[in-house]
Amino acid sequence: MAFISSGYDPKNPMKDRITDIGPKHYEQFLPPVIKKNFGKWLYHEILEPGILMHKAESGDEVYTIRVGTPRIMSVSTIREVCDIADKYCKGHVRWTTRNNLEFMVDSKDLVEPLKQDLTSRKHTGGSYKFPIGGTGACMTNIIHTQGWVHCHTAATDASGTVKSVMDDLFDEFQHMRLPAQLRVSMACCVNMCGAVHCSDIGFVGYHRKPPIIDHYHLDNLCEIPLAVAACPTAAIRPVKVDLPDGKKVNSVAVKNERCMFCGNCYTMCPAMPLSDGSGGDGLIIMVGGKVSNRISDPKFSKVVVAFIPNEPPRWPTLTKTIRQIIDAYSKDAHKYERLGEWAERIGWERFFEKTGLEFSWHLIDDFRDPAYNTWRQSTNFKF
Amino acid sequence: MAKHETPLLDELEKGPWPSFVSDIKREAASRAKNEKNVEFQIPAEVCEDLLGVVELSYHEGETHWKHGGIVGVFGYGGGVIGRYCDQPQQFPGVAHFHTMRVNQPSGLYYSTDFLRQLCDLWEFRGSGMTNMHGSTGDIVLLGTTTPQLEEVFHELTHKFETDLGGSGSNLRTPSCCLGMSRCEFACYDTQAICHEFTNVYQDFLHRPAFPYKFKFKFDGCPNCCVASIARSDLSFIGLWRDNIRIDQEAVKAYIGGEIPPNGGAHADRDWGKFDIQKEIIDLCPTKCMWMEGDTLKINDKECNHCMHCINAMPRALRIGEDRGCALLLGAKAPILDGAQMGTLIVPFIKVEPPYDPIHELIEKIFDFWMEEGKNRERVGETMKRFGLAKYLEIMDLKPDPRMIKEPRANPYIFWKEEEVPGGWDRKIEDYRSRHQM
Repeated sequence: MAFISSGYDPKNPMKDRITDIGPKHYEQFLPPVIKKNFGKWLYHEILEPGILMHKAESGDEVYTIRVGTPRIMSVSTIREVCDIADKYCKGHVRWTTRNNLEFMVDSKDLVEPLKQDLTSRKHTGGSYKFPIGGTGACMTNIIHTQGWVHCHTAATDASGTVKSVMDDLFDEFQHMRLPAQLRVSMACCVNMCGAVHCSDIGFVGYHRKPPIIDHYHLDNLCEIPLAVAACPTAAIRPVKVDLPDGKKVNSVAVKNERCMFCGNCYTMCPAMPLSDGSGGDGLIIMVGGKVSNRISDPKFSKVVVAFIPNEPPRWPTLTKTIRQIIDAYSKDAHKYERLGEWAERIGWERFFEKTGLEFSWHLIDDFRDPAYNTWRQSTNFKF
Repeated sequence: MAKHETPLLDELEKGPWPSFVSDIKREAASRAKNEKNVEFQIPAEVCEDLLGVVELSYHEGETHWKHGGIVGVFGYGGGVIGRYCDQPQQFPGVAHFHTMRVNQPSGLYYSTDFLRQLCDLWEFRGSGMTNMHGSTGDIVLLGTTTPQLEEVFHELTHKFETDLGGSGSNLRTPSCCLGMSRCEFACYDTQAICHEFTNVYQDFLHRPAFPYKFKFKFDGCPNCCVASIARSDLSFIGLWRDNIRIDQEAVKAYIGGEIPPNGGAHADRDWGKFDIQKEIIDLCPTKCMWMEGDTLKINDKECNHCMHCINAMPRALRIGEDRGCALLLGAKAPILDGAQMGTLIVPFIKVEPPYDPIHELIEKIFDFWMEEGKNRERVGETMKRFGLAKYLEIMDLKPDPRMIKEPRANPYIFWKEEEVPGGWDRKIEDYRSRHQM
């Protein structure tokens, strides 16, 4: 493997350097029918799950076929996407903000062959490469993070949990039979990259053991004052430690009973790892959030399952619990009602009853002042 | 023959949803075969070793990626996430596995020419694995070695006219919904402003100058498809101020069942015949709609633009024509002191190039936060620390009842001296002349 230069000269990094140019302008990427009717769209229809038709003032129609992806994508698969887009879509394609792919055609005649083509393509293991769906009152693609594929703070895997949940609920991706859209998100630790904190259902990787303190390396790797300041509950204090070899080092101590396992110390100090494969780590489930302003205000998701164990490779308890929540919602909610609106209408006491989830002390908020406002201050509850 | 046995990951090849394991294996096989004789600049077995290290995590229940590493390209303080494996002897192909964030085009449309070039580059100089896209919106190129970072950057800027995205305490790569390109609800051109602001604020995007990260997100309407209200420090949400446009013929067609409600979004279940009273009028949060005979009436002055009726009857109801956006400040995820939604600080502003009034406000927001923000304090936390009233004053924004859910329930007002007749300096002698001790 011989090194091949791009033209960059490490001895003279400023030579011909181009910086601060931003992204390529989006206009050159728009399909012709999109460019022509930009800002002049009249309405849209969902013709069948995964297939949209947008009608323009000019009378033009654009048909969009939406397919799910696992977000991780090899260049081989992107090239296959390009082959399809070249064949049917005049060399254009787009992604949605929820990691779906959209193939757009300007003639209805192309919809059926494109559909057939997409559905026929499968990976060697048998899964679809391009499953069609993700529109309307369905569960669309799960937004997620890196997990064990790439992240240093992950308490669980992202791609594997998402694959397991999407397999289990594949029918909900391909059918529009829920009361409203169901937005599901996943984050592999409580840093919550992605909008997990405002999703109908969010599942989040979770640590339950305080950090292990690596006294051998801490003072070399970390700024101790920053590690101390990182703790939201003031559980960390600076200490001097005698190592077995007689050396005295600066380090920190953690008051374990004050730890809320947020991992902020590890973010600031690599010598304080939290991850634990012996039963400490797992997931929590949060529900009832949304970002849309439709009918009711945007809402945060609430923790309704305090712990689910890590069960790779297919996380059966996680998938079963999520299905349980969706089944209860689907059966009981009114048309247009988001999961959080349903829970608020019936009351959280009914939510736990109808979903069969266990309520325990872990689910009562005790973090900072806003917690008080989540406790019941009325007699308006149900038996 | 695979380099590592992956019995646990192999379980994730089953089932209908696209398997990421199959896709990584696909790339591993393609690199092993190397039909085009690519002179791979990082180990050919990178994907094999990626599968190996993930399989190890599946056995042990712990991640094997080390805490960051300070790598990047010359002159930039962001855009590259350093990543090293903590078992480099066992998995040498991913010993270095740095991520590069590449600034996505607004709206996430691509030409296949561009994508193919990107694929060739990343096969040659990286792992061949990507995320389309990362949580913030960037094209994420997953996994390369330190010497390749400058090479990839050089090729991106010289051949692709494309720059890196943001990371760390920088402006993060701005993102937007697809807006006017294909949505009838868009109240402004989200792509245009997103592209423009990405370019205007390039210095902040590449060179850390802030207390912490800062995100701009542009939603064309209150449906919030890019979740700006939950995820961006400054959220732009499209609105109209005038009347919803009504096509009464289409209203009749909805009532008559000729057009399915909500664009057909509920088609796979029998919800019964469309009932405009139950499904639209009764669900309107401000109860500003009613029927007069077969004519739909809206008291637009009372409408709060929630989008429900427009979403449910897109052929009959259209957004108004006096359009702009609202600005909401300070949304963030729970780390560390709890999640925050964006708070309304500007109820309405026109979104028209060159966007001068918006730039003026952003300058004030940045200046104050850079001056007063604590290390790792998001702008919404700074606003919270000072209080909304004080923050509005500093930003020179007029307080407006639209900015609150309700007035304060306590009387602890920090009156200013100049607001009280006579000021605060009083003489005890004067007081005693009226009140004996």
